[in-house]
Amino acid sequence: MIAPFAGFGLGLRKPHYAEFLEARVAVDFVEVISENFMVEGGRPRRILREVRNCYPVALHGVSMSLGSADGLDGAYLARLRALVDEVEPLFVSDHLSWSRIDGFNSHDLLPLPYTNEALDVVADNIARAQDALGREMLIENPSTYIDFAPADMTEWAFLDALCVRTGCGLLLDINNVFVSASNHGFDPLAYLDGIPHARVRQIHLAGHSQGSELLIDTHDQPVPDPVWKLYAHVLPRLGPVATMIERDDAIPPLHELLAELGIARRIAVDGMRAAA
Amino acid sequence: MSLLDLQRDMRAWLTREEEVAVDRLGGDDVAPGLRIHQNNFRAQLAACLEESFARTRDWIGGEAFHQAVITHVACVQPSSWTLDAYPRDFPATLALLYPADPEVAELAWIDLALGEAFVAPDATALSVADLGGIDWDRAVLGFTPSLDLADLTTNAPAIWSALAEDREPPAVAYLPEAGAILAWREGETPNFRAIDQIEHHALLAARAGMSFAGLCEALVEALGEQAGIARAGEMLGQWLADGLIVSGSTPER
Repeated sequence: MIAPFAGFGLGLRKPHYAEFLEARVAVDFVEVISENFMVEGGRPRRILREVRNCYPVALHGVSMSLGSADGLDGAYLARLRALVDEVEPLFVSDHLSWSRIDGFNSHDLLPLPYTNEALDVVADNIARAQDALGREMLIENPSTYIDFAPADMTEWAFLDALCVRTGCGLLLDINNVFVSASNHGFDPLAYLDGIPHARVRQIHLAGHSQGSELLIDTHDQPVPDPVWKLYAHVLPRLGPVATMIERDDAIPPLHELLAELGIARRIAVDGMRAAA
Repeated sequence: MSLLDLQRDMRAWLTREEEVAVDRLGGDDVAPGLRIHQNNFRAQLAACLEESFARTRDWIGGEAFHQAVITHVACVQPSSWTLDAYPRDFPATLALLYPADPEVAELAWIDLALGEAFVAPDATALSVADLGGIDWDRAVLGFTPSLDLADLTTNAPAIWSALAEDREPPAVAYLPEAGAILAWREGETPNFRAIDQIEHHALLAARAGMSFAGLCEALVEALGEQAGIARAGEMLGQWLADGLIVSGSTPER
């Protein structure tokens, strides 16, 4: 059996393109936002080809809208499939959320109610996406600001059921667990203990900001201590798993992100030692 | 509430701030989260337009641009999976908001066309050396897929260039006669160039499949034999220099 990929990576962002291409950066993989490269041609596609020649690449999407009650966008899937075929990525992921309904696209990761009906919808959409892409997808747990009631299950039970029904994997965003737990008052440890550990293929680590009423998943801060603690808690339960720092705004110099990735590596080593 | 109804209510809140939708979604319990998503929705679209129309914003000023963005976001809902599609209708909104200032929409067209050319399909331009085997009596020229054309009534290209180079822009001036503008990508660099109606019509005809010989005949008819042939040669040279021509095929008889 081939061991799952378990390296340490970064989200590839524009300010760092040159550094990634001019010298070998000390990462095991990079993750790119799929939609940024789902264009016809030009510099973005050339950059991606060159990056792919140097690093394994994960494709992370924001526009599949897996929770749409009126199904997926076939044109989107076809475009993503073409990119998947070209890049041959480590992972293809998107979010447990929805963006599009009745031809309207919010371009935001909107929350779902965790009901049996929503489970049916999302499971059908994931199955269709996996068929269209010809491969397993990873589903990322979202940061949420709304807890729709009544719910039939917790978010982690919802994810577990999706994995069982579709065979999908999970992209566990630990910052998102922390943000949602803070906003809705659940125990993040219960969440991390409740997800199907064997299905977690990738981890996101990121930071957040305090909004006027709720924590906001801004991805513009270093990974904070509570998120590192949750990472250290869950890692022994998961075993080796691909981990990356995800920064989307207020992008710092690359060496700062690499230093954060160094923390993740140390926590992983410590966790493995403790588990051994 | 079904998932479909919930999603339609979320849309009603995001786009029309329907309070009744908030009540159905959970009232005060969900209101803080709904405000975050509405802010995300509007901020995302505004940022997209600001990024896509930087020179237009420079020209009309930040506050006027902001008001135009508010108007556009209220009227035009995004529909595509890609945010890249959202700016496409903004020049039309500006044309409605600035009917007496046509340079505003024309500046916006330049901003938009350059952005679209940046990610247009790749194509390798022909050089003069590639022309040897072309049968000029029958050849139909193929143009780079990044090529786009629009009508032009003002000196918007000169204004755009001055703003981009941080120079004092010229005053608005109407062209002596209506012209056109083309935008395309050469290598990885988007370009634009103002053209006259003769070149505009020639490009439209050539893109529609008229042979180069046919173009020459049309130009001879319009300008006379000597001037028409000279103009055809001049345009061909310019198109090659610009990297606009990617093929010279001979249709099968």
